[in-house]
Amino acid sequence: MAVKRRLAVDPLLCDGRGLCAELAPERVTLDDWGFPIVDPTPLGRRELHDAKRAVRACPVLALRIEPTDRTERTVIDRPRR
Amino acid sequence: MSVAERPLTLSAAGPVSLSAHRAVFRAPAALRGRGPALLAEIEASGLRGRGGASFPTAQKLGAVAGRDGVVVVNATEGEPASAKDRLLLCSQPHLVIDGVVLAAHAVGARMVDIGIARSAPASLAAVQSAIIERGSCEPGVELTVHATPEHFVVGEETALVHWINGGDALPTGRRVRMVERGVAGRPTAVINCETAAQLAWIVEHGAQEFRRRGTDDEPGSRLATVTRADGSRWVVEAAIGMPLADVAWAGGAPIDGTCPVLVGGYFGAWISGSEALEVAFSDAALRPLGASTGAGVLVPLPDRVCAWCQTTRLLHWMAGESSLQCGVCVNGLPALASAAAEISRGENVVTRTGQLERWAGQIDHRGGCGMPDGAVRLLRSALRVHRDLIAAHAAARGCPKGAPAFLTIPETRSNPWR
Repeated sequence: MAVKRRLAVDPLLCDGRGLCAELAPERVTLDDWGFPIVDPTPLGRRELHDAKRAVRACPVLALRIEPTDRTERTVIDRPRR
Repeated sequence: MSVAERPLTLSAAGPVSLSAHRAVFRAPAALRGRGPALLAEIEASGLRGRGGASFPTAQKLGAVAGRDGVVVVNATEGEPASAKDRLLLCSQPHLVIDGVVLAAHAVGARMVDIGIARSAPASLAAVQSAIIERGSCEPGVELTVHATPEHFVVGEETALVHWINGGDALPTGRRVRMVERGVAGRPTAVINCETAAQLAWIVEHGAQEFRRRGTDDEPGSRLATVTRADGSRWVVEAAIGMPLADVAWAGGAPIDGTCPVLVGGYFGAWISGSEALEVAFSDAALRPLGASTGAGVLVPLPDRVCAWCQTTRLLHWMAGESSLQCGVCVNGLPALASAAAEISRGENVVTRTGQLERWAGQIDHRGGCGMPDGAVRLLRSALRVHRDLIAAHAAARGCPKGAPAFLTIPETRSNPWR
């Protein structure tokens, strides 16, 4: 069985440009201030195409497609004080 | 069950000396290398975190066990209505230090960091003196105390770890899991100050003795900070599951059944006076009301104070405390605050109430940390409990009680992150 994937936005990176809502309207709506509300349920095959387009279009690389069970990422080490 | 039946020997008379402390509690060094046994004892106790989320401590520690991890004690206590961690550090610094060293031994960690707010110089001094009293070293553990900026979100664990790592005290997002990469890039468990103290108590007296208080799912007792009608704050120790009204009474702020109570903290939730008379002081009992014990804060509001206008002031404060990293916080929190303020003035009450309900749904769970969710929790509880009060503002074209100030609102500094 294929790994289930979903669209996700990093709220710290997002600038609210709104391209994702234009390109993947079935998965992304905008709140009253123009920031994306992303549907966290698994993507269907047909939706995946639009989702990929939205990810590529994001000017600040805040949007991504990730496995639905993904809960972590690695961060760059910073020196200990 | 009564309040302070099993006191953590809280004393206002200054810190308990090392010799007095050692008369009751063994030195943690004796338990070094006995990680699995310690962890099993903590798990058997059912201890849950006392910082707000009530997460099972054994599960949190277990996730970093045997991985050369780090234990961080979060004693930043950014919750303005809470005073318990400060009191613990000033009266029982050795109990907290024992607890964190034991937590480190339980998971085989060699690094321990304690974060205390700069705005609590007495706590910092008490801990520093206690460490010197212990001979400035703890076998097998490198102990570092950090004075953190006095801002609310510093207490968010990713912000605290980022600060310890040399960065600004800003949250770094939900996807950065501390249990994978935290302090110095190592697996890190962040526990609350009181949790550490409870842990030391459990190791000394045993899980079974600990479970004699509290409920099956939420064992033990916890420290509650009660705000009295004169605005002063009092810390009491209460068995979890006892009537909430008894905890408030013990803290010197009886509940009269008509005035609402703020439970958990400024990022907690309102419950009505009649609910407060009925409900138990436990997460299980408070959950159906949309509330939780949170940081153990209880603020029974005096009759002269308007609960809606207090909510407005809190929302303004929250908007100012935001680290302004996420759109939902940058835009959402000020919007909530100004809509709430309009209701306080009795203007456009119906429209603004509808807007607040709509925005609560849009903001919830969308930030990079728990802060906007906390604001939404407070707001939703206010909309639920203070419905009549909102209508009274519309009818009176302003606050029917004259909007007196009551809750202490800390000042927000211009560059709070360093």
